[in-house]
Amino acid sequence: MNSICEQPAMLNSDDWQDMEPLLSVQNLSKFYAPGKGCGNVSFDLYPGEVLGIVGESGSGKSTLLNSLSARLVPDEGHVIYRSEQFGELDLYQGEESLRRQLMRSEWGIVHQHPRDGLRMNVSAGANIGERLMAVGERHYSEIRQRAIEWLQAVEIDASRIDDRPSQFSGGMQQRLQIARNLVTHPRLIFMDEPTGGLDVSVQARLLDLLRNLVAQLGLSVIIVTHDLAVARLLAHRLMVMRRGEVVETGLTDQVLDDPQHPYTQLLVSSILQN
Amino acid sequence: MYVAVKGGERAIDNAHALLAERRRGNRDVAELTVEQIRNQLPLAVDRVMTEGSVYDPELAALALKQASGDAVEAIFLLRAYRTTLPRFGYSEPLNTETMQIERRISGTFKDLPGGQTLGATYDYTHRLLDFALLAEGETPPSLETDSAPLEPCPRVLELLNSEGLIEQSPKNDERPRDITREPVDYPAERAVRLQNLVRGDEGFLLSLSYASMRGYGDSHPFAGEIRSGQVTVELVPEELGFPVVIGEIVLTECEMVNQFHGSKTEPPQFTRGYGVSFGYNERKAMTVALMERALRADELGEAVNFPTQDQEFVLSHTDCVSANGFVSHLKLPHYVDFQSELEMIRRLRREAGKQENNAPASAVEEKTV
Amino acid sequence: MSTPQMTQVEGYNFAYLDEQTKRMIRRAILKAVAIPGYQVPFGGREMPLPHGWGTGGMQVTASVIGTDDRLKVIDQGADDTTNAVSIRRFFAKTAGVETTEKTADATLIQTRHRVPERPLQNGQILIYQVPVPEPLRFIEARDSETRKMHALREYGAMQVKLYEDVARFGHIATSYDYPVMVNGRYMMTPSPIPKFDNPKLNGMPALQLFGAGFEKRIYAVPPYTEVQSLDFDDYPFEVQQWEESCAICGSDHSFLDEVITDDAGSRMFVCSDTDYCRERAQSNREQAQENEQ
Repeated sequence: MNSICEQPAMLNSDDWQDMEPLLSVQNLSKFYAPGKGCGNVSFDLYPGEVLGIVGESGSGKSTLLNSLSARLVPDEGHVIYRSEQFGELDLYQGEESLRRQLMRSEWGIVHQHPRDGLRMNVSAGANIGERLMAVGERHYSEIRQRAIEWLQAVEIDASRIDDRPSQFSGGMQQRLQIARNLVTHPRLIFMDEPTGGLDVSVQARLLDLLRNLVAQLGLSVIIVTHDLAVARLLAHRLMVMRRGEVVETGLTDQVLDDPQHPYTQLLVSSILQN
Repeated sequence: MYVAVKGGERAIDNAHALLAERRRGNRDVAELTVEQIRNQLPLAVDRVMTEGSVYDPELAALALKQASGDAVEAIFLLRAYRTTLPRFGYSEPLNTETMQIERRISGTFKDLPGGQTLGATYDYTHRLLDFALLAEGETPPSLETDSAPLEPCPRVLELLNSEGLIEQSPKNDERPRDITREPVDYPAERAVRLQNLVRGDEGFLLSLSYASMRGYGDSHPFAGEIRSGQVTVELVPEELGFPVVIGEIVLTECEMVNQFHGSKTEPPQFTRGYGVSFGYNERKAMTVALMERALRADELGEAVNFPTQDQEFVLSHTDCVSANGFVSHLKLPHYVDFQSELEMIRRLRREAGKQENNAPASAVEEKTV
Repeated sequence: MSTPQMTQVEGYNFAYLDEQTKRMIRRAILKAVAIPGYQVPFGGREMPLPHGWGTGGMQVTASVIGTDDRLKVIDQGADDTTNAVSIRRFFAKTAGVETTEKTADATLIQTRHRVPERPLQNGQILIYQVPVPEPLRFIEARDSETRKMHALREYGAMQVKLYEDVARFGHIATSYDYPVMVNGRYMMTPSPIPKFDNPKLNGMPALQLFGAGFEKRIYAVPPYTEVQSLDFDDYPFEVQQWEESCAICGSDHSFLDEVITDDAGSRMFVCSDTDYCRERAQSNREQAQENEQ
């Protein structure tokens, strides 16, 4: 887990065309009120790909992420997922039980606020062990050993295993949340502003860790962020959202270096001015 | 030598005898009659009828007498009686538009068709103890007033309805599920929520309403209309096939008007919160209306941020009979559980001590099964 | 001692509940027996005793009791605690059935917090009073959520609790109301019995019925059904054992109540199961007499 990968794995779109997409999203819409939510979103996500969803707050990014990750039933559209266990699934046509099984096995969800993704009142070890126990692991020492390995993988001292997340710093909590998700070797991770609310130096360390883990484990990731620097560092491809709609899609460097849509241009220039 | 505690039977008999004695009080004072309670403590009777879910002022008064005036105990008595009653049928929906109105007020319109009438209310009394009552002076006969009952009149909220400014009351001809016969599952439909709230503890609902108005909720309602009076109850006997009047009951009804900012399907408009109670229990009708509306947050697509908007939290805890039972069950013996905990605490302390002192400790061991 | 058959009180149906209600409850019981460990919602009635005082157990008892049944009621293992007396009287009054304090003689046993020490036989029914039927309640407050967790067998969160115990104390520290898996499928609370009693549930020849009045749930363990207490492979389930023996009957293998005998905190230990203790003490006396002769 200690080798460092300098760049996001450079995959060409050509490479992906040979593979079947892991996730196919077709005309997905979810609105709370007119203009509030996201509409008519379609895209494919390939194995090993990191897709960034960027846009200002209120642009519908989080609504989209929740609709993709079975936490919010969309009004319209389909999300097709190719599952290891169940084959090709049209998520919202199938049973809720399947979605919930996916959420604790093949998927991971990293929340912006660690308290939404962690059990704050049980130890770090139990937080990591929960998913193992959920899939039937019943050997305490084995569970504990795996928890120690994953604490180390996310650069938390193994001696903290019996401490509660509330005793951890914000950055450590976020790393613990990541370990808790990765312990069952998921294939697809959903992240919502994983570096939001962290200090800049803490952010950098977390990003570095994320980038390494994603590359080493070959994870597919959909990451929502309003921070274009985060997007540039992690994502292969970007989707720019504004008022619930996707206004531009493309390879990360293309979108950030040569934005086509006026709104993307504005986003990119506002970053430069900052 | 210790002998296991015996004598439960005698203890219970003695407790009952003492209770009867205390309830009767000083025998130099005349015994209170059920008729006196019914006539002179009508609001207590109304509460017991409402939460007891039986419209019978005499039985409610009896329950109050038997319960030494404890409303929760009286409600319990009436409920336990109610369970044993056979069901002859379900009445037709009450038409409160035809109510013989004794009191009708609106916080939203100064004047309205049919008018307002204050009726009998504590609202504008100055809360000064009346020592004349202490001296057992007879209450002077009421002044001649023009307080003839109002003519039947349309509900205030229907005036808004004609402009389309308030949501339509969803029409539903299905017979509501009877929560005293079937278990509730969540999310519960509106008819179930309303039944639960009407039977709910007045104090609990009052405090929740207060909380939701103070910011732990999103309730900023207007009292569209509160009305009290008699309504007729009709039943369709199977062998007749048409409704016949089986009696009259006094009801208090409250409709609250709440703002609503619109959803993806609905334009901004007012929404309703509905409450009702037996007798003149106006506080109860208002709190039911407030909480009814608060619990609609989910179906209206509003954010559910507070326990006051959370169906399971509110509806699971409204019932005073259940709540009282569960809290009071702590008075039952828990020797066995406590013994188990005692043993566990001692063991944990021994182990903690062993680690510190490294001293051998024996006593209770656990064996593998 | 068994009491003579008492006549039933006027004005109420046999065993208080009307026959339609009993049928409804029996349907719920049948469903519960068919799906061991699954909590069946039922239209729980108001009983003339408060919720939390055994109304669930009483509704189950009222629905299965017949005129030829012999009823035993215990609370904390004892026949003479006030609540046991009160419930026994209720059925003596409303059903006019024979009651007994002898475990061996009873056809129905309603219990709160204990399983009798004497092994039960096929044909007997043990009815537990249950305050909180949902083993996952203190992990997840929402009923809509816990029902999904059962449906999908999402029991990892309960194991988390046991993990925390081992991590903190070196062993599982739950001492009563210890969760079990029934027939390898549903997680179930055995009601707040001490974990000492848990092994008795496994493969018991008697039918076990559980009634929760307040929460309106009935569940069951049919005779000879596997009931396993949760644990870890390397930290197996274990029960309490006492160094002391019962001060009355000398038992060294039953659940003991601690009794404080003076202001200085002197203690003695006696069987919590009063019938078991009485039986043993009696047989000790007979043994002693035989030895004298």
